[in-house]
Amino acid sequence: MNRFSEFMLPPQKSTIAEGTDALFHFINITSVILLIGITIAIVYFSWKYRRRSDNDVTPVITHNSALEITWSVIPLILVMIVFGWGLNGYVNLSTAPDDAYEIRVVGKSWLWEFHYETGFVSVNELHVPADRPVKLVMSSDDVIHSFYIPDFRIKNDVLPNRYSTVWFEAMEPGESVIFCTEYCGMAHSNMMATTFVHTQEDFETWLITAGSADDNMDPVELGEQLVTRNACTTCHSSDGTVLQGPSYQGLFGSERVLESGETVIADENYIRESILEPNAKIVEGYQPVMPSYAGSLNDRQIDAIIEYIKTLE
Amino acid sequence: MSQPSALEEKLDHLQHHFIDSDQQFEASKMGMWVFLVTEILFFGGLFVAYIAYRTWYPELYMLASTELNTFWGAVNTAVLIGSSLTVAMAIRSAQLNQIKGLIINLYITIALACVFMVIKFFEYSHKFEIGILPGSYYSYEGIAHEKANIFFSIYYMMTGLHGVHVLIGIGLMIWLVVKAKKNVFHSGYYTPVEITGLYWHLVDIIWIFLFPLLYLID
Amino acid sequence: MATNEATTSIKKLQVRRFKPDENPEKHYLNEETGIWAWMTTVDHKKIGLMYLASITVFFFIGGMLALLLRTELLSPARSFMDADVYNQVFTLHGAIMIFFFLIPSVPAALGNFVLPLQLGAKDVAFPRLNLASYYIYVIGALFTIFAIFTGGVDTGWTFYTPYSATTSGNVMAMTFGVFVLGFSSILTGLNFIVTIHKLRAPGLTWNKLPLNLWGLYATSLIQVLATPVLAITLLLLTMERLLGIGIFDPNLGGDPVLYQHFFWFYSHPAVYIMIVPGFGIISEVISTFSRKVIFGYWAIALSSLAIAFIGFLVWGHHMFTAGQSSLANMVFSFLTFLVGIPTGIKIFNWLATMYKGSIDLKTPMLYALVFLFLFTIGGFTGIMLGALSVDIHLHDTYYVVAHFHYVMMGGMVMAFLAGLHYWWPKMFGKMYNEFWARISCGLIFVGFNMTFLPQFVMGAQGMPRRYFNYIDQFQPFHQFSTMGAYVMGIGFFIMAGYLFHSLRKGERSGSNPWGSRALEWQTSSPVPLHNFEHTPVIINGPYDYHKPMSEFQLGIATSHNGHDHHAGDNTDISKTEKEQA
Repeated sequence: MNRFSEFMLPPQKSTIAEGTDALFHFINITSVILLIGITIAIVYFSWKYRRRSDNDVTPVITHNSALEITWSVIPLILVMIVFGWGLNGYVNLSTAPDDAYEIRVVGKSWLWEFHYETGFVSVNELHVPADRPVKLVMSSDDVIHSFYIPDFRIKNDVLPNRYSTVWFEAMEPGESVIFCTEYCGMAHSNMMATTFVHTQEDFETWLITAGSADDNMDPVELGEQLVTRNACTTCHSSDGTVLQGPSYQGLFGSERVLESGETVIADENYIRESILEPNAKIVEGYQPVMPSYAGSLNDRQIDAIIEYIKTLE
Repeated sequence: MSQPSALEEKLDHLQHHFIDSDQQFEASKMGMWVFLVTEILFFGGLFVAYIAYRTWYPELYMLASTELNTFWGAVNTAVLIGSSLTVAMAIRSAQLNQIKGLIINLYITIALACVFMVIKFFEYSHKFEIGILPGSYYSYEGIAHEKANIFFSIYYMMTGLHGVHVLIGIGLMIWLVVKAKKNVFHSGYYTPVEITGLYWHLVDIIWIFLFPLLYLID
Repeated sequence: MATNEATTSIKKLQVRRFKPDENPEKHYLNEETGIWAWMTTVDHKKIGLMYLASITVFFFIGGMLALLLRTELLSPARSFMDADVYNQVFTLHGAIMIFFFLIPSVPAALGNFVLPLQLGAKDVAFPRLNLASYYIYVIGALFTIFAIFTGGVDTGWTFYTPYSATTSGNVMAMTFGVFVLGFSSILTGLNFIVTIHKLRAPGLTWNKLPLNLWGLYATSLIQVLATPVLAITLLLLTMERLLGIGIFDPNLGGDPVLYQHFFWFYSHPAVYIMIVPGFGIISEVISTFSRKVIFGYWAIALSSLAIAFIGFLVWGHHMFTAGQSSLANMVFSFLTFLVGIPTGIKIFNWLATMYKGSIDLKTPMLYALVFLFLFTIGGFTGIMLGALSVDIHLHDTYYVVAHFHYVMMGGMVMAFLAGLHYWWPKMFGKMYNEFWARISCGLIFVGFNMTFLPQFVMGAQGMPRRYFNYIDQFQPFHQFSTMGAYVMGIGFFIMAGYLFHSLRKGERSGSNPWGSRALEWQTSSPVPLHNFEHTPVIINGPYDYHKPMSEFQLGIATSHNGHDHHAGDNTDISKTEKEQA
């Protein structure tokens, strides 16, 4: 059973995972038993009652009320059990405890932003404490996304102009992958993030120190870190590969031909504008799909990114 | 209905796969009823959108409907109800073999339908002038509600789709007049008149719902 | 029907046996030939074949797209196509398979061919409307092809707003094409409903209606009631792109979840448009090849109607994670389980039909048994997805992908193939090579399970659907799945080969190679231009295998069905009209 469970399902890393899995296994086992029964009947009948001659006479059996009632009522009872069980699990999934720790989540094409109570914003990295209910209040900046952590068995759509929530209680420190499961365009499958579960103390420490670690770093090094941390690399390569957006390589100082036909020089102001107001100038051949980083990157960070891009000749 | 047949002349409308005129008539009529059901569901989608937004923003509907001209809406309602009457009279004429009456009634119906469209044209053009355009082209400032454009999107979709149906009805009735002048219809065969009449009643009924739902909110 | 009975109750009709001509000189395929005669034909059989040819083309295109997708997924990230190409390909695969293959497959192609034959009618009620439906289908298809070549569509077949309202590409042409296509579906449904009501042969009462027709009747009801809602939804979406009307666009104050409600209100019943006619075919095939009265006629007939009805009330189960209220989720989950019951009843009824039968495992029967197995898996995994808490985990993962392929392909496509092989001799008067047909069936069965069983595991492990790129742990499953797809592809190419061979050099099949009692087998193969050389008279149910064949070949003695052809021998069995009542 355990090995089967490991084969079929991701590890159970939240408190509600066990309940969901139990129902999953119940349905699976019941289904397999019934399926084996049906398959045996198909094979056995096909062999036992195979045609022996073209003049075979078959009995006239039009119906059998007792049998028909049996095979209607038993499945009905089974599905009602499943319904009640599923509903019960769902009620748990959809009601967050009052003392849950709240984190704001913003989905953008194609990254996840996590806003903490301190005002710190992390991109594609969700940090949470273990053994404490966490409630995510989510919304989207553009199209519909869906927030999914398989290890926690939670999922909810993330909508523009509306808040939706999920909650979970992680059981032990570790890492879990986050997927976007509502198709949202070209880099939908790269809209992945990671959940880092810390112990309560580690989490407190992380929350205080997060963001300040950058202060003493060399700008180029910081810039390089920032483009990864902020998921810029989902769409922009640093080696000339063309992804959803232009590559950083050889970008600085080059002449850019825009969709409007104009040409501009990619200087500091151009890059700054492209980060804060990405759709103001669109380079020919690309689509206006980049989300704005206004509010999630401060001036020092933007400067660092510019310094980093400068190094990529 | 032009399949030639070796049968007697009065039965030249009978298609070969039907047993007799009655079966053909019943089939056509049932087909039209089923079609009307699909029409109702087609408009039904818009009514659901209407209801959803009205539930969410009741005050929007109060405000926005004042921009609609109740007087001309009422006139149009009367015009359409009148045309439903004349189309019914056209069917009656056909049943009684009065081809002249049939043609006259059809002409009156067409005229009334045109009056409806003309009034609609003036209503629309007035709104376009003051900037009440559908959706993202909306620029009118007279309604203090951020979702006013949505109300008018629904308004234009509903009345526009209804208008298209009126135009189709006019086309069908012109076709009927042409046929009637060729003496195709008689008391034994007037199926196209009957089913066009059914269609026209539906167009009328939809308007009878649209008028109070859009114009008469306060 | 009322008038018909009125006349017959006055006259005392002579009924006699008409034995079908085993080797007809003239039939619908060699009368009125030439490309123009085909294109303007109002004959339901030819229109059925035209649909069959069209859906075959689309099935081929959709299938090749599927193979491309599976090949790309052999490794994570890019193998040979870019992300945006991949997104367009999966959109097209879905849209083509659903709108241009599955929805018209059984109703419009096989249904058109068989429905009037099973009713003993000369044609559908509105033959010209039927031809118009076909051309509307073609116009819709042309719009879609136009969309593919003018920017493509990358929204997924669901066209969810606001993505579909903002993405580049020619979404408008595509949605308009599907909008147009909807009318083809509506008109076909309308035609079938009226035909079943008004054109049944003398004696063919509702309790003698073949189960295939009950299936088509239920399907037609859904087509007529649900498709208009899709039409208005897509019209609104088209207007959204054209004028920005904003009803579904949050940037203009609209509500994207409303779109999902509208869309699934159609698209869930559409799932039943795709599967209910399959049930009809399976009932026919299992009874014929078991040579036995169908078990629980009314249970099967009414469960189709029940599924059609409840199917209208469960659309919300596609939206358990979309942010609708908990109460709505609860109600939709509950109703979803209720659909499971009539579906289960059918499976048991078919098994009971096989019990003590005389089972002949010819190709159509093999496909029917494959259907039973695969569709049962599809049903069970549907129960899994209906359970609220589990669905939260499984929604929008490969589990869902595998589930609907088990239902749509394992269910409907297998039923379609059963029907195609069953009625093939009726269509062309020729047999196909039974050996190769079984090989192909076996390959498709094995390939199908290889393709989609790993997807259940992947999905449960958390692999989201519509992913171009994936994390490494899923790679073995993807590779196995792709291998399965190739095996399945080989199976289909073999099928194309032997069917093509059958058309050219197939052995003559005779009028009734399966020994069926159903009415469509009591006329020659290929069918005469006007279906029957006489007006058929029905006194027995279509599955009364305990009664002699002669009782199924009756017709009104004096009639030549309005035509000058003359056929049938003179084995008189005079019957009075009383027996019909």
